[in-house]
Amino acid sequence: MKSALSRRTGSRHQLADAMWGYFFVAPVVIGLAVFYAFPFLQNIYFSFCEVDRFNRSSFIGLDNYREMFSSGELYQSTGNTFLYVLLTVPLGIFLAILVAALLNSKARGQSALRTLYYLPAITMPAAIAMVWKWIYNGNYGVLNEFLKVFGVSGRNWLNESATALIAVAVVGIWSMVGYNMVILLAGMQGISPSYYEAAQIDGAGALACFFHITIPMLSPSIFFVLITSLISGFQVFDTIYMMIGKTSLAYESTQSLVMLFYRNAFDYGYKGYASAVSIYIFVIILLFTLIQFVAQKKWVHYE
Amino acid sequence: MSNGRRTSRVVLYIVLCLGVLLTVFPFIWMVLTSFKLDGEAVQVPPTILPQHPSLQAYQQVFDVIPFRAVLLNSVISTVLIVLGQVLFCTMAAYGFARIKFPGRQLIFILVLSVLMVPSQIFLIPQYLIIQKLHLLDTMGGLVLPSLFSAFGTFLLRQFFLSIPAEMEEAAILDGANRWQIFTKVMVPLVQPGIVTLVIFTAKYGWNNFMWPLIITTTPSKMTLGPALSTLSGVHVNNYPAQMAGAVLAVIPMLILFIVFQKQFIEGVAHAGVKG
Repeated sequence: MKSALSRRTGSRHQLADAMWGYFFVAPVVIGLAVFYAFPFLQNIYFSFCEVDRFNRSSFIGLDNYREMFSSGELYQSTGNTFLYVLLTVPLGIFLAILVAALLNSKARGQSALRTLYYLPAITMPAAIAMVWKWIYNGNYGVLNEFLKVFGVSGRNWLNESATALIAVAVVGIWSMVGYNMVILLAGMQGISPSYYEAAQIDGAGALACFFHITIPMLSPSIFFVLITSLISGFQVFDTIYMMIGKTSLAYESTQSLVMLFYRNAFDYGYKGYASAVSIYIFVIILLFTLIQFVAQKKWVHYE
Repeated sequence: MSNGRRTSRVVLYIVLCLGVLLTVFPFIWMVLTSFKLDGEAVQVPPTILPQHPSLQAYQQVFDVIPFRAVLLNSVISTVLIVLGQVLFCTMAAYGFARIKFPGRQLIFILVLSVLMVPSQIFLIPQYLIIQKLHLLDTMGGLVLPSLFSAFGTFLLRQFFLSIPAEMEEAAILDGANRWQIFTKVMVPLVQPGIVTLVIFTAKYGWNNFMWPLIITTTPSKMTLGPALSTLSGVHVNNYPAQMAGAVLAVIPMLILFIVFQKQFIEGVAHAGVKG
């Protein structure tokens, strides 16, 4: 069927309608062009420049990249960021699946529990970081007091390079479980009960059902959660900035890539160098996202 | 119910409640500490309930940072970002979903490509633009780049696409122009999408940290995130004051969450299912 519009109109009307189209998309398109597309290009240009305190840029070719790849800082920050991702993403998703599965088993008070689990997801990361910093406090922190009950001696968690990143990662996991759980629970509730009924007739137990029905049927949601968790994990900043002070002995062993970017861009004023770091972050995230999209063909099942 | 099933039920509840306890404990500890005097907070062994419940810590927060102004900045910037995104993204989403114009496909792909790029890439040039406009340390500088969103446009476009064409064609035959169709017919139909966008954007605007940290330097121009950072710098060892600041920063979003629980959770759940 032809649309009412084209029946009524000739090319003059189509032109007028196209004008309406441009009118509707103009604010977003112009806004994104000015504040995102142009900055994207300028940032690439800056990464080949030295940008001084007065923001005058002079072209220096690949010097920023050369300096970046020859500094230990970059490799240290890359390692820290990868470790953070490795600590938070698998465990954060595993716990989210666990909680979602438990809530999905017709637990009474399901929606109240779901709300409580979701609380960290709505809370300001800066505030979360302050609270955890207090919990981890080496002298008066409640964590050390709690451990004392079991005869374990406390530590200065955020001030020791052996524990600081793990402590931050725990906060990362704590923050992400509820959010991921809500997405996974919605996915589980979308699985047709007929699969489970059929499996029960065949005599399958609860665990068999979980691994052979729930997990495969849930794989698109798991994939979504995996991608978003990876992307935000690689960009960890707020909690580290708030929890690890400049004087902390764990400062270097927790500096993430975005932290490295921020310090250079806005603390030290090395904007050209920082631009190169941001391009490096972009490439890493892009690579990991692409790898996931290729790998998903092996394990994600779409109906 | 068999014995085995009853035991597994009990285990289920124990695990779930333990998880809830771990999730909620930091909030409880935050609130309890905020009502203690700063001497009591560093007592060893610690007290659980405040021995002399006091609002002193809250008073100290207001003494150190211009908290009223900061709170107001957070509210105003969040409201402006939400309004801007709802207006501009709804318009653009309608244009991309419902009107044919040359270059539509290409422009839409360009809009989507913004979503692929981590936000750090834009920060330095955005900062320089705001500086050039003399908007550093102002409300305009805080909100300007966030008024336009590729995510919001994409989200609402999905909603517009799911509306049957007949709804619109009837209005066109009645001689309504595009703007009338948009405001009278289409916007009411995508209301659930707009609610989802409002919630996503409010959360983003309220909790945003790095941008306000970069843009604002005067305490009275800050939003809550950077102000908390200042607070923990000034009151290094005054833990009740730090926790009081955190409580004040968390409560407005918490109230919003309690009122709009269903929309908060369903919006996120929906995003996951649709991919």
